[in-house]
Amino acid sequence: MNSFFERKFVIQGIFIAIALVIVARLFYLQIIDDSFLLSANNNVLRKVIVYPARGIILDRNGKVIVQNEPVYDLLVTPREVKDIDTALLCQLIHIDMEGFKSRIAKARAHSPYRASPFEKLISSETYARLQEHLHKFRGFYVQNRTVRSYPDSIAAQFLGYIQEVNDKDIERSNGFYKPGDYIGASGVERSYEELLRGSRGVKNLMVDALNRPKGVFMEGKYDTLAVSGDGLVSSLDIELQILAEQLMRNKLGSVVAIEPSTGEILTFVSSPSYDPNLMVGKDRGNNYMDLLNDPTKPMFIRPIQASYPPGSVFKVVAALTAQQAGVIDQNTVFFCPHGYFVNGARMACTHYDGPTSLIKSIQMSCNTYYGHVYARMLDSRGMPTPQAYDLWREGLLKFGLGHPLGIDLPGEKGGNVYPSTYFTKRFKSDKWKSTYNISQSIGQGELGITPLQMANVMAIVANRGFYYRPHLIKGIGEKKIVKEEFTEKIHAGVDAKYYEPVIEGMSRAVNMGGTAASVRIAGIEMCGKTGTVQNPHGKNHAVFFAFAPRENPKIAIAVFIENAGYGGTWAGPIASMLIEKYINDTITLPKYIQDRIYNENLLPKVEKKESAIKKNPTTIKKDSGKVQKQIAQTTDKKELLVHHSQVRRTHE
Amino acid sequence: MNKLQNNSFLGRIDWITIGLWFLLCLIGWFNIHAAVFDPEHPGLFNLETNYGKQSIFIFTAVIIGFCILIIDSRFFISITPILYIIVILLLVAVLVVGRNVGGNQAWIPIGSFRLQPSEFGKLVTCLLLAYYLNTQASKTPNKKTLLIGACVVLFPVGLVMLQPDTGSALAFFSLVFVFYREGFLSNLVLILGALAILLFVLALLINQWILVGVIALVALFFMLLFRKRRKNMINVGVLFIASSVYILGVDFAYEQILQPHQRNRIDIILGKMDDPRGQGYNLNQSKIAIGSGQLFGKGYLQGTQTKYNFVPEQSTDFIFCTIGEEWGFAGSVFLICIYLTLLLRIVNIAERQRTTFARIYAYGVASILFFHFFINIGMTIGIVPVIGIPLPFISYGGSSLWSFTILLFILLRFDSTRKGLSQI
Repeated sequence: MNSFFERKFVIQGIFIAIALVIVARLFYLQIIDDSFLLSANNNVLRKVIVYPARGIILDRNGKVIVQNEPVYDLLVTPREVKDIDTALLCQLIHIDMEGFKSRIAKARAHSPYRASPFEKLISSETYARLQEHLHKFRGFYVQNRTVRSYPDSIAAQFLGYIQEVNDKDIERSNGFYKPGDYIGASGVERSYEELLRGSRGVKNLMVDALNRPKGVFMEGKYDTLAVSGDGLVSSLDIELQILAEQLMRNKLGSVVAIEPSTGEILTFVSSPSYDPNLMVGKDRGNNYMDLLNDPTKPMFIRPIQASYPPGSVFKVVAALTAQQAGVIDQNTVFFCPHGYFVNGARMACTHYDGPTSLIKSIQMSCNTYYGHVYARMLDSRGMPTPQAYDLWREGLLKFGLGHPLGIDLPGEKGGNVYPSTYFTKRFKSDKWKSTYNISQSIGQGELGITPLQMANVMAIVANRGFYYRPHLIKGIGEKKIVKEEFTEKIHAGVDAKYYEPVIEGMSRAVNMGGTAASVRIAGIEMCGKTGTVQNPHGKNHAVFFAFAPRENPKIAIAVFIENAGYGGTWAGPIASMLIEKYINDTITLPKYIQDRIYNENLLPKVEKKESAIKKNPTTIKKDSGKVQKQIAQTTDKKELLVHHSQVRRTHE
Repeated sequence: MNKLQNNSFLGRIDWITIGLWFLLCLIGWFNIHAAVFDPEHPGLFNLETNYGKQSIFIFTAVIIGFCILIIDSRFFISITPILYIIVILLLVAVLVVGRNVGGNQAWIPIGSFRLQPSEFGKLVTCLLLAYYLNTQASKTPNKKTLLIGACVVLFPVGLVMLQPDTGSALAFFSLVFVFYREGFLSNLVLILGALAILLFVLALLINQWILVGVIALVALFFMLLFRKRRKNMINVGVLFIASSVYILGVDFAYEQILQPHQRNRIDIILGKMDDPRGQGYNLNQSKIAIGSGQLFGKGYLQGTQTKYNFVPEQSTDFIFCTIGEEWGFAGSVFLICIYLTLLLRIVNIAERQRTTFARIYAYGVASILFFHFFINIGMTIGIVPVIGIPLPFISYGGSSLWSFTILLFILLRFDSTRKGLSQI
């Protein structure tokens, strides 16, 4: 053979050695070191969050109050845009050439390879037209998502709105929210955020080296589905709500109606309201600023955030707590000399009845009677007045006054029922007597009550002694779960037997020529009470609260209208119409009265209001120390003359 | 019967080698398909795609192979010098009319097609080397023959370097195995060569003065050991001085001769540089693709790294990534076994040749295939610097497939006629 034959083995040995080196290296890369699999997944996997549909909200009869409406975002991947008819695209989405160029430039700056928003929130109508031509626009894609939509444009303050999360929200949520997410910012959207938002899903997408999506990883094996938010059933009656909002148009104030047997709120109006659809879509920012700057404060949730002196409707509470305290009984009679003039206190009364019984005192809204009741409650109980005052106050607190009721809306205020220490401090002595703050006896002065609390007082009376926390959501999710806190029966501290005379008085006020006779409803025994609240800066505020029917009540309602004048003129008919609508589903009130209410504009004239303040700067200053600050309007404490709508009505 | 079969044309062909060749081509085709597979546009025979074209290349390669097998083997010997000259002319022409792709002026466009002369350069160099050494076979190996043989190799190397296609040029140096086998190089040269590579790597990794110091200590030890034998002491001394100069020279050569991107590639392999997004991107992605394949791989067409273009050049130079990712360690070792079997088979074929020409040519074929196999796979797994050369029979590309096929089939033709040729 050949001389160097044996070198064959050297060469073959080298081949084998090198092959073994390669195998060893592969063994290390593929078997021992696991990090490459991780790196490979990092390369190729992108977790895409799938947003769930937010829960919808229905009214008590299953009608939709809030739903989701699809909108479309047009996305563009600048690299892929080629030879398109820009003029057509601009025309379809209503932008000009400049807008097109700046949008493309912005997207390119973000990334030439990645899709970025070109035009957000395109409506379904625009999308329908765009879709036909979309195939002509290479590099453009449409992504759909949902926004809130309110078919009847009602109950804005109750529903609240959603907005993009801010840094604080993200921090608070421990990273649940990501920038760009939406969160309930007010109303039910906020208080039920955790139920409404649902849970997000994750989609594992595969992307290529240029970050272009290429498909679903492992056929979706590791994907999680988005779970839609729980639907909510509201206690609201949508038809009643619409009617109430129409009636309250061009008026400042609140309407709250409660079903006494459950505490479910049937109507929740804060007027002026706004169209909740304004808080959705492209013009949201502008609309929001407009609403914030509106002097009538449409963003202010009056039923739970405004606290007013309740006026004469307070007499109902006074009559009940006094009976429970034993200072009067249903037969107690006080002589009314056309006013309460005791120890320098001066409180006019404008009915001419002389001896006035408990029932009549409610029916005719006798100030004198309640001046005496207040004096007995505070001065004749064998203890110092401040101590007796605190007992009086305790009775009020049990009636749901002076503290938030715990409604399922954020931002509820508690109103004001000051403790004795407040007055001791103010009068610089604890030797004060009932005459010092006698205006509280008839619901004026320092007392502050929210419209929700007024309606709740009515629910207590209707129930003869107890209430359920007023709430707006009566069922959560598929199973219509009711929150436990809303099924708890809360006693108001006055025994059932004391209610009858008061209810009788309220019934007579409406049905037997009392203060609210004009709002009588044929066939329904409604029990009501008017009230007129002093307003030194303009026309008085009108209050009316009522429940009906007398036996087995279905609805308790409080209507509060700022600057309306007389309780019986505006607030009464509104309450009466709502009650009749709710119970009988008709309105028998004469058409001309209805029209008068629909058409009346009771909004304060802004310039006038400003000049009034300018004219009287010293008064404001002087009073500010003494008078509690009330959100809606300030009541001048020294002006104790009470105007009663009923007085004027009898003159009419 | 048996005799008849042995004498028949088909019976004398080495079917094992052809089987291995065809297996590699098929593996190549399937993996090119996987590498460029687009789930949105599946379809096996789209001539627009790389795998579509590769199927044509394989088909033509089969025809070329068949043609070679029916041509008289003496014809190849006789046209060897002409072929060599033609290819040398093409290598000159490519410098003038060639198309520059990726910094290398290596392709001559012919219609829609691009010819890469350097691929055929290896073939004709192999042939001419065999041709020349065959003429000198009667003499004992001597320096003059070695020198002329080296020139046969270095001439095309010089032309390829001008493109400059360093990877292809380096492949010619694998023919050193031929010189070794034919006795032109001693075992000592082989050992010194290995030592030179070792010192080169060490010199780049360690401070050169420390390295010289360490070697001085080793030399001192051997001098003490050989202190009674003057001749050995001198050898050790000469070796020490030569190593020291070499070590000090490595740094200079490294900085001055290599181009920056070549230095970077070496630095990355040696771990002196970490740049997974820049210079090291290819290697890093390649390792990720192969490493993520694990034991049994992700499955055919399931590779994400290669399919979604994380690995560049995945159907040509980095085709092994697709194999590693989709077939895992098992598939990779299988492929390596096929290659190793082929290489060992070729060496065995070489040794059974009766003519020096055929034997030398066979060793040339083995050397070139081995070099490509080692460097290509080695670079994808990070044991040799990134050098852009194809994996024979597997990487996408007509020139590469055809030239390797011709290379192999000429050998098979010689082998099939080894008895006849021996009488010439």
